[in-house]
Amino acid sequence: MLENIGRFLSLSDANVRFVLLGSLLIGSTGGLLGSFAVLRKRSLIGDALAHAALPGVALAFMLSGSKALPILIAGATLSGVLGVLCIQFIVNFTRIKADSAIGIVLSVFFGIGIVLLTHIQRSSVGNQSGLDKFLFGQAAAIVNDDLKVMSILAIFIITAVLLLYKEFKVLIFDPGFMQSLGFSTRLVDLTLMGLIVLTVMVGLQAVGVVLIAAMLITPAVAARFWTERLHVMILLATFFGGLAGMTGTFVSSLAPRIPTGPVMVLVATGFFVFSALFGPRRGMLARWHRERANRQRESRQHLLRACIELEEQQGRQHFSPQELSAELQWPQQRLERQSKRMVRAGLMQLRHNGWSLSQQGREEGLFVVKSHRLWEHYLFYRDILDMDHLDRPADEVEHLLTPEIITRLENLLEREQVIDTQRIVNIHASSSLYRPGGQDD
Amino acid sequence: MAEQSVEKTPIQIHDMTIAYHKKPVLWDVDLDIPEGKLVGIIGPNGAGKSTLIKGVMNLIPKASGWVKIYGQPYEAMRRHIGYVPQRESVDWDFPISALEVVMMGRYGHIGWIRRLRREDRRIAEEALAKVGMEEFAKRQISQLSGGQQQRVFLARALAQDARIYLMDEPFAGVDAATERAIIDILIELRRQDKTILVVHHDLQTVTNYFDWVIMLNMRVVASGPTSEIFTDENLQKTYGGRLTVLSEAAQAIASQQSQ
Repeated sequence: MLENIGRFLSLSDANVRFVLLGSLLIGSTGGLLGSFAVLRKRSLIGDALAHAALPGVALAFMLSGSKALPILIAGATLSGVLGVLCIQFIVNFTRIKADSAIGIVLSVFFGIGIVLLTHIQRSSVGNQSGLDKFLFGQAAAIVNDDLKVMSILAIFIITAVLLLYKEFKVLIFDPGFMQSLGFSTRLVDLTLMGLIVLTVMVGLQAVGVVLIAAMLITPAVAARFWTERLHVMILLATFFGGLAGMTGTFVSSLAPRIPTGPVMVLVATGFFVFSALFGPRRGMLARWHRERANRQRESRQHLLRACIELEEQQGRQHFSPQELSAELQWPQQRLERQSKRMVRAGLMQLRHNGWSLSQQGREEGLFVVKSHRLWEHYLFYRDILDMDHLDRPADEVEHLLTPEIITRLENLLEREQVIDTQRIVNIHASSSLYRPGGQDD
Repeated sequence: MAEQSVEKTPIQIHDMTIAYHKKPVLWDVDLDIPEGKLVGIIGPNGAGKSTLIKGVMNLIPKASGWVKIYGQPYEAMRRHIGYVPQRESVDWDFPISALEVVMMGRYGHIGWIRRLRREDRRIAEEALAKVGMEEFAKRQISQLSGGQQQRVFLARALAQDARIYLMDEPFAGVDAATERAIIDILIELRRQDKTILVVHHDLQTVTNYFDWVIMLNMRVVASGPTSEIFTDENLQKTYGGRLTVLSEAAQAIASQQSQ
């Protein structure tokens, strides 16, 4: 095994270089075109294409008796494209929806492919071994000639994307607008689809028909977590794909029987999981953090409002934990946790005779109470909600109201003489039921 | 003489009928839209308002009839047309900045494969500034409010530097400030003798905004200067009676097709 690693890392073996370079090409073109496929919502088409390619591989071998890569790729492409056309046909001329159509075509073609492969294995044709590699992929099978074919295709794919980047971008974002500019969306879409076909075909031998679609989808989806720019996403996906390709090949070479495709896909999935967790804005941790911050802000505002309203009712500024927890209907524990946070933030003070707001806490609390009441007045005045329904919906929105919105609300309600802005009363306590159903400006 | 007057007409529609999956949605539209007008297209849901402007731009096939732009077919004149599609028609989660969207307005001028020039970028930046969005140039589009997204779409059409603008519900779901900003820009365009067609929903603002109206309900109920055409009688004809004979006929055609 150590021997293997050494041989690999030194790159002295020409075969190793071919294999590594090949998997780099496969992974990176997969990431590149995958970005477009995913954004165009065509990821599953890639999967159908790959599965539908299998009978083509088998037939090409049966008809030609050759295992040369260009011949097999040609067969694979023909049957893959035929499969996609079948999907189109089913969608256009029956009531079956695209997902079912993809499922039908994918499994039928794959089934035929397996039957043909089994037939080839059992027949007496010499030199038949190796075709089954197309199932799960074997990068080690890449030889010099294959690499040449793959390189030419990869260069073609990359050049086409560089030239048509602008067209692909507008096609995916706004095809109707593109068509109004006089571009043929059909032509650009077909070109994009053709490039996806080529990408899948280039990787078929090394990754296998079962898993090649993952090399389209996974790097692209992982890249999306890190950026809000298309070109950065594409570069990242290409990088992730290339790295997954090379690492997968390397790991699978350590033990002779591990197929390449699954390892590549596992590495790419590793990138995806990492990105989904740690991506800066879209990642789960970032979202969890945002949600926690929101919850804490809400709790803080609830506690501040409770203090201010108790002050209004009771005419004093110190309250026992029991009073506060009764007002908020919070369990004692939650109240204590939140109060400690408030004390740390300098919003509250803890004294022997109870809790009270600090100067800063009172200022923020007054604003919170004002927002809450303005919003309730507004909802009621606009006849959006009845009095007894008011509290909860007001709660959900009021924490998000910005000072600008508050000012506008205030001006509007004052102009309509709904409120006296000097002293905004608690709508639940006041008995002044004004006529609802007003209009905004 | 006759030919002269045709060439001066920005949009001429003759006997245009459009069908979706054999179900006609617009029947026999004949329209001559004069230059330098701010034209409102109004009518109930399903009246064919979007279909009308899509038909003008050949975005959907016509069952019959033709459209001429300044006397020429659309293909020859498309650089002179700016388009604002419905905001809901695109995925705003697409990884792209506001400025990049606006720069798409230049794609028709630079054509296939060629890249944007510095000049195009400058025009796009100016267009963003005109709609008051220059601060948001680098912002990803899903992080914009609905009104801001609509302004970006309008800026993209301005970057097209067209003579005719076709706008599909530019006022839908926007805040009052954005509505004001958009209408100011439309009035400015009209001052420059541009012709602007706007699919519009809010009947209350029709007389304020538009000097010409097309009242549509699967056919042209009436069209002409707002002061003459926007009458209670025509409104009744346009909006009254949801199941007109036309839609019943269309339904009959459609159900026959699906049997």
